[in-house]
Amino acid sequence: MSGGAGSYEVAVAGTGLHAFGRFEGTSVTDLGAAAVRAALLDAELAHSGFDAAFCASVYSGVAAAHKVLGSLGMTGMPIYTVEAGCASGGAALSLAVESIRSGRHDTVLVFGMEKMSAGIIRSSFFEPWREEAGLAATPAYFALRARRLMETSNVTREHLAEVSVKNHDNGVRNPDAMYREAVTREQVLASTMVCDPLTLFMLCSPNEGAAALVLRRASGAGGEIRLTAAEVRSHLPGSVLGEATPLAGLVDDSIPAPTTLAADAAYEAAGVGPGDLDVVECQDTDSARELLSYEELRLCPPGEAAAWIDARHTHLGGPLPVNPSGGLLSKGEPLGASALGQVVELTLQLRGAAGPRQVDGARVALGHTVGRGANAGVTILTR
Amino acid sequence: MRVSDTFPVRDGLFAIVEGGTPLLITGRCNDCARLHFPQQSTCPYCAATTVTQELLDGEASLWTWTSVLREPPGYRGPVPFGFGVVELEAGIRIVTRLTESDPRQLTAGMPMRLVVDDLHTDDEGRVVQTYAFAPVTDMGVPPDTDPPGADGEAG
Ligand SMILES: [Zn+2]
Repeated sequence: MSGGAGSYEVAVAGTGLHAFGRFEGTSVTDLGAAAVRAALLDAELAHSGFDAAFCASVYSGVAAAHKVLGSLGMTGMPIYTVEAGCASGGAALSLAVESIRSGRHDTVLVFGMEKMSAGIIRSSFFEPWREEAGLAATPAYFALRARRLMETSNVTREHLAEVSVKNHDNGVRNPDAMYREAVTREQVLASTMVCDPLTLFMLCSPNEGAAALVLRRASGAGGEIRLTAAEVRSHLPGSVLGEATPLAGLVDDSIPAPTTLAADAAYEAAGVGPGDLDVVECQDTDSARELLSYEELRLCPPGEAAAWIDARHTHLGGPLPVNPSGGLLSKGEPLGASALGQVVELTLQLRGAAGPRQVDGARVALGHTVGRGANAGVTILTR
Repeated sequence: MRVSDTFPVRDGLFAIVEGGTPLLITGRCNDCARLHFPQQSTCPYCAATTVTQELLDGEASLWTWTSVLREPPGYRGPVPFGFGVVELEAGIRIVTRLTESDPRQLTAGMPMRLVVDDLHTDDEGRVVQTYAFAPVTDMGVPPDTDPPGADGEAG
C-alpha cells in the first residue's frame, strides 16, 4: 500500500462464504450475515471482536452493512459501505488493509454481498438517452473488446470457448459455485449467441452471494497467510473500450489499463513479480476478459494469451492455474462479493485446503477484479 | 401547424448541413487540442473550460463491432442492430450504432460513413433518430439505410 512507511503487516485470520447462486426468499442481509458468521467462526473471533467493518455492495441500498451487522447485534464500531462497481470488494479490502497497516486498527471485518436478478443489469450508470439509443448494452461492450482481441492477436473463438471449458471444469470441483457441470468446446460454441463473438457460456451471470474476511495485524508466526498488497486504481481517460465505457476515445493504444496500474502497484507493494505467482483468480466476466487480464496483469507477454491457453498453462495442473474456483463463469458474479470471494478461494489455496482443486504447494497468489467506473483491484497473498 | 416529424435522441450529437449530409458534433480542447464526443463545456482530459465545437465529416473506418440481438434496457427500437467503434481521421474513436447488423458482413478497417438512423416513434408520433455508421460500398451507402430526415434540425 502507499501511505505510512514502516507500517504493520496484515494477515488473513478467517474467511467465510455464502455460496454464489440464486436463493429465493433469502434477503441480501441474510446472505451477508451468513458469510460474516462463517468468517468470525473461522477466525475464532468473539462476538463483535473487530474494531471496524468495511463492506462492499452495489445494489443493496442505504446502509447495507449496518443492516447485516445490526441483524447480528454487532454494532458500535465504525462501519463503512463501499461501492466501486465490480471492484467494490477490492476497494473495501484496500481500505481495510490500510486501516491495519497504519496502526489504527488491530482486527477488522471485510465483507461483501449482493442480490441481483438474472439477465442484463439495468444500471443507473448510463444516461437515459444512451439507453434509448441502444448504446447501453453491457455485454455488447464485452463483445467489442473480444472482437478487438481477435483482430489484434491470434485469439480465436476456440480460445474463447476453451477459457469457458477450463473454468467450468474447475467449477465442477467447487461446491460453492452456481454452475457445476463441465461443458465441451462444441457446447460453448453452440450455446446461444449473445453478442458475437460471445456466446452464453462465455459470459458470467449476475447472481447472489456473499463473502467475508477477518484481517488482523500479522503476528509473525509461521504459516500465517499475509495479505501483502490490496491496490485499487481507476482508469486513465482515452481508452474507448475501457471499463469506464465512454462514448469516444483517443486514437492511442498505449494508455495503460486500470488493471495494469493496480497490478504494478500491487507487485511493488508485495515485493513480488508475476513470475513468482503460483495461482491467480482473475476477472472473467467473459472469456475474452480473462485472456486480456493475462496480458494486463503481465502474467504473459503481450499477444501470448492464446498460446497460453493452447499449452494449458492456466489449467489446473499447469504452471500457473487461473480461476481454480471456476471463476465468475462458474460461480456467477454477485458484484460486492466477487473480489472477496476470490480472496476466500486464494486463502484456501494457500492453506492447502482447496480439496480437489488444490494448486499444489501454492505460496504466492493474486486476485483481480475490474469493472464499471472504472476501477481495478489487485490483491496479493503470500504464505 | 408545422410539426417536425423527426427528433434527435439527444441534442448535440449530430448536425445536418445543406444537402442533408450529417456531421458529428465534437469538442476540441483549446488547451490540450484533444477531441472528445459528445461535446462538453469542460475538456474530459485536462479540465480546461475552453472547448471549441468541431464538426467532423463522417468518413471513418471500422475498428471493432458486434451485433445486439435482444433489446437492451431502455431501448425501444428494432433488433438486431449493429454496434461498434469507428475511427475518424481527425483522431477520435466513436462508440456507435451500425446499420449493418450481420457481423459477418463487417471487417476491420472497412470504410464507414456517418448516417442518421431511425430508432423508434415516440408517444407524440415523432421519429426519434440517432447517429450511426454505415459501411461504404462501391455503390455508396447501402440502399436500406434510411436517408436523413428531410427537414431534420441540427441535432
Ligand atoms: Zn484538454
